[in-house]
Amino acid sequence: MSIDNNPKISVRNLYKIFGDNPQAALERVKEGISKADLLTETNHVLGLNDINVDMPTGKTTVIMGLSGSGKSTLIRHLNRLIEPTAGEVWIDDENILEYNEKQLRSLRQHRMSMVFQKFALLPHRTVLENAGLAPSISGESRKQYKDEATKWLDRVGLEGQGNQYPVQLSGGMQQRVGIARALTSNSDIMLMDEAFSALDPLIRTDMQNLLIDLQNELQKTVIFITHDLDEALKLADHLVMLKDGCVVQQGEPQEILLRPNDPYIEDFVADINRARVLRVRSVMEKTVGAPGNVAGDVDHEDTLETVIALSEGDTTKRYRVTRDGVQVGVLDMRTLVRALVPQGGSSEDPRLPELAGSDA
Amino acid sequence: MATYDFLFDSLGLRGWCGDDQGGLSSMADLLGETSGQDADISAWDTPFPSLDALHDACSAIPQSRALTLGLERGFLDIKDSLKVVVDPLTQPLSWALNDALWVMQAVPWWIMIPVLMLIAWVVGRSIKLVGLVAAVFCLLAFVDYYDYTMQTLAIIFVCAFICVLFGVPIGIAMSRSDRVQRTMIPILDMLQTLPPFVYLIPLIFLFSVTEPKLYGIAIILYAIVPVVRLTDLGIRLVDKDVIEAADAYGMTKRQKLFGVQIPLALPNIMAGVNQTIMMSLAMVVIASLVSAPGLGVLVLRGIRNLELGVGLLSGLGIVLLAVILDRVTKAALERINSQQPG
Repeated sequence: MSIDNNPKISVRNLYKIFGDNPQAALERVKEGISKADLLTETNHVLGLNDINVDMPTGKTTVIMGLSGSGKSTLIRHLNRLIEPTAGEVWIDDENILEYNEKQLRSLRQHRMSMVFQKFALLPHRTVLENAGLAPSISGESRKQYKDEATKWLDRVGLEGQGNQYPVQLSGGMQQRVGIARALTSNSDIMLMDEAFSALDPLIRTDMQNLLIDLQNELQKTVIFITHDLDEALKLADHLVMLKDGCVVQQGEPQEILLRPNDPYIEDFVADINRARVLRVRSVMEKTVGAPGNVAGDVDHEDTLETVIALSEGDTTKRYRVTRDGVQVGVLDMRTLVRALVPQGGSSEDPRLPELAGSDA
Repeated sequence: MATYDFLFDSLGLRGWCGDDQGGLSSMADLLGETSGQDADISAWDTPFPSLDALHDACSAIPQSRALTLGLERGFLDIKDSLKVVVDPLTQPLSWALNDALWVMQAVPWWIMIPVLMLIAWVVGRSIKLVGLVAAVFCLLAFVDYYDYTMQTLAIIFVCAFICVLFGVPIGIAMSRSDRVQRTMIPILDMLQTLPPFVYLIPLIFLFSVTEPKLYGIAIILYAIVPVVRLTDLGIRLVDKDVIEAADAYGMTKRQKLFGVQIPLALPNIMAGVNQTIMMSLAMVVIASLVSAPGLGVLVLRGIRNLELGVGLLSGLGIVLLAVILDRVTKAALERINSQQPG
């Protein structure tokens, strides 16, 4: 799960300022003026402030932040629906900001697809024609793209609905069409802009599971935007936390949960059911030495919740942690319980001495 | 003595005015002269310093009649050169109107009425509507207004078609550029509020009254406004999210226009076409003042000769025509809406 493969998308020193004279405002921002001061003094809105993010190939990168944090602005820079004020966006080692109109269209048609919060299906086209949007834009006839579009509609659970119109479907089903549309384009990159935020909770869970299944199968590079931390932790391989247009922290979700480096993120993670999100590998003691007296084996990807259920609440037990049957560490139930308490408790954790300093 | 004498005297402009209070220039002066009193005007009656009032005091200032006369002379001066440009450009309109009038009248009624019924069926797909069309035309033919009705219909078909031909592209251009929209809106407002009779006056100067394009242009200028406005509105109202999706999947501008914007704006565009047809019908009656044939001629006859019966019956004919044109285009609109759920 570690991020050692090549990034598919690299964002470098990206700034976006909304207003009449963004270049002049950019100078002020680089001098370190705050978002609020910039607004009152120059009437410019700071959208993104020096963003540097690597998005790994074949993984899900979740960009998370509250409304106004600039996450929707950021994702629109990846296919240049919004032009940056300064910075670079590298995709497959090409700076897409140097693309001309034709190259950009080709990027959007073949290498990227997008799923929208409000679905944004074409109301005058059938579900099948909507799913086949990308091939139809490149000039394929309905007959040519029909098989491919039907295949993906079936895959997302919309068998036999191809001739319906979007308005005849429920919200969840419409978003399935949105996902089928993205998959039919056969692009490596999928941008998902709050794709599940407009759905009700049960359907939302279904859709998250659908996305996880699809990801296991297809390994697309997914960029997922959300304001919901549970959703972010469930889907993310790489998590980027945005606040007021700045990246506050990024990294592996488990890492961010255990070592938040900003009060903003501490507030965020305070309400999380940590037992369900944290995994054994994040809290175990890494050792290949003899585990001593252990109550049994647990897998390194198990959640703490599973282990608590296994131990029946007995905090005196110890478990051997294995990956593919080989020991990678030992988990003491007391360590586990300590990890369940956010922040204050964990700063006394002898395993995390550096935290006491960085909390201030 | 004029009210504003003091103005020119005090500014020392008397010499510029070039007269020594010779001659009597206004009726008030004349009256003052005959009644033996000076035209001594109280403060209450002080006239606004208009061109005429100032002219009384100083004859170098022109009278306002000179302004309107100047406008007229100016127009007459550029008329010939304007005509060289406008005449050939608008000639096809004359041909179209002449041909349409000829066709609509040359085809015998027992072909024409079924053809119109067929058009109503193709557009509206409603038996009731086709029945209504048949009833209206048979009634008008029965009272010997068939030819007049066909003339009116021919003019409306040609003018409404040209309105759509030019109006939709203009509306699209407006929706794409705020600058075009800002320049077009005052022009559209003016066309819509200018009394229709006012179009006719310069057109009479420009073209001969015997040319059909004279009334054709008047009708088009008056009726083109709704289709332009509603095309612009319709395209601007297309859901921003859908447009963003079209962009995100790499549609060209052209694909976006024909694949997304126009189809989604079609209900609004059709509402504009409906309004345009209704307004050309309204104008075709007024245009009979400048020799447009059709039911309007009968209305005019009713007014001129005080023939009450003719006026009422032709008025009724126009209403019936309006009803079927409206119903048929509304039925088309309805059909578009139902094909396009959402």
